[in-house]
Amino acid sequence: MTPLLSVAGVCKRFRGLLAVDRVSFDVASGEILAVIGPNGAGKTTLFNMIAGVFTPDDGTIRFDGEQIDGLGPDAVCRRGIGRTFQIVRPFPTLSVEDNVVVGALLRHHDVASARRYAVSVLERLDLIDKRAQPAAALTLPDRKRLEVARALATDPKLLLLDEVMAGLRPTECDRMVAILSALNRESGLTIVLIEHVMRAVMALARRIVVLHHGAAIAEGPPEVVVRDPAVIHSYLGAEAVG
Amino acid sequence: MIELWRGLGSRERGLLIGFLVALVAAPLAVDRYLLSVLTLILYFAYVGQAWNLMMGFAGQLSLGHALYVGLGAYVAALLWFYFGIGPWLGVFAAVAVAMAAGAIVGWLGFRFGVEGVYFALLTIAAAEFTRIAFDHLGFAGGSGGLFLPYEERRLGEWWNLRGGQVLFYYLALILAVGGVIVAARLARSRLGYHWLAVREDEPAARSLGIDAFRAKMTAVLVSSGMTAVGGVFYAFYNNNLFPGQVFDIGRSIELLLGPIVGGLGTVFGPVVGAFILTPLGESLIVLTQKLGIDAPGVKAIFYGLILVVIIYLRPSGVWPWLARILGVAERAR
Repeated sequence: MTPLLSVAGVCKRFRGLLAVDRVSFDVASGEILAVIGPNGAGKTTLFNMIAGVFTPDDGTIRFDGEQIDGLGPDAVCRRGIGRTFQIVRPFPTLSVEDNVVVGALLRHHDVASARRYAVSVLERLDLIDKRAQPAAALTLPDRKRLEVARALATDPKLLLLDEVMAGLRPTECDRMVAILSALNRESGLTIVLIEHVMRAVMALARRIVVLHHGAAIAEGPPEVVVRDPAVIHSYLGAEAVG
Repeated sequence: MIELWRGLGSRERGLLIGFLVALVAAPLAVDRYLLSVLTLILYFAYVGQAWNLMMGFAGQLSLGHALYVGLGAYVAALLWFYFGIGPWLGVFAAVAVAMAAGAIVGWLGFRFGVEGVYFALLTIAAAEFTRIAFDHLGFAGGSGGLFLPYEERRLGEWWNLRGGQVLFYYLALILAVGGVIVAARLARSRLGYHWLAVREDEPAARSLGIDAFRAKMTAVLVSSGMTAVGGVFYAFYNNNLFPGQVFDIGRSIELLLGPIVGGLGTVFGPVVGAFILTPLGESLIVLTQKLGIDAPGVKAIFYGLILVVIIYLRPSGVWPWLARILGVAERAR
């Protein structure tokens, strides 16, 4: 079976800095893959290339049988990739509901049916009580959920999550994990997440890619990757051994 | 329209009908001077609405909307002057020319990533270029101006916009009401949501599959086309056009004060703004004369001061506040 997403030999250079260095991995349909690594390892740059914000300097990205590197972010989204931003970017003066309606309008051209779909997504993300509030009034955990809701409303085949757990308390984090794994289980949504919160990574991911200085230094099932000496040395830290 | 009507509560319907009836009946009750002030208010409500679609909804600041007023005015006036083509036909040409100009300004700005204040500078430059060009266009009268002939025999030809104050008053009313309906419909459409998303956060909008370039281009096209219709009105109402007047940056600013004072990105903001600012300007003229302080600039000083006070007190516009007082805040947008 061909993978849903295939990243092959992708490089990105910012002036002299090689931010992403020949990274390759595949994501099968229905899989949850985590990308971990220390700050500055190139994770977000990698995401931005998949999402069409940056064009890779080298290498190709294929999604659903089509080459997508070089397309703009809107074109990538229309092909079925939803994304969240590490630093959340809600539409601040629009209501929570209208934020999600904007996403839903991608597949539902009529505003009334987009609104119905948005409401169902809000229910799923536990945001329905806050639907009338302006997005700017939400707390950080709610904004993170709104970010996910808005991306989900575009009905993606693949969801890219950039640190949606950061800043959440453990209970909120568990709630997000439950929502995401239910989505994956019930609708077969494929998820690639960048995450520092290992608690969430271990609970969700079936496979992990570890980036360090822009290069993929390890790849495999979570329990194998976290025992890899190179990973422990570069990211998890010596105290994780044991 | 029916959908819009259904979306309103009974209180909103009552207020709207009352307001409309008052406007329709106004010529019976007011004198010629007041009717001319009302005409001006409705004209500014309309062009303000057109500008508001671009800035208030799509977030693209134009400081050169005089360009579209002027082009619309000149195209329709020239067609009438040289070929006897009436404004009902001329308006299509006027809209087409203004939209073409809007397309050029928009394309230059959005294609090359000229954003925010730099885009605003581009819009000023476009209006200024055109002003200078028209100063030297001999067939359009150059800087000496273009005058639509006053002909006794044509006075009753309302279909050619040859008529008196009452005709222009009702025409301005139709424009203003039409502008509100267009804005209300667009605000609730898919395109309207795309505009709002681009206004709020363009990268986030693009990540949701919105073609931001296209959304911004449509905003400019709709806005410039609508503004040009106001220009046609302007030409036939005033019967004279001077490049130094119609394309002047002061005209562009005058047109955007209403929506800012009334409430950016709201459907009724431009209307409320026009109803505040135009009477304010007129009453200051009267007042400074009565008080014997009508030295040059005195009116402008007071106008400016009052503007500062209004914007200081109601930074997001008078309409959202007024809508709360009237109890119609829920659907004020």
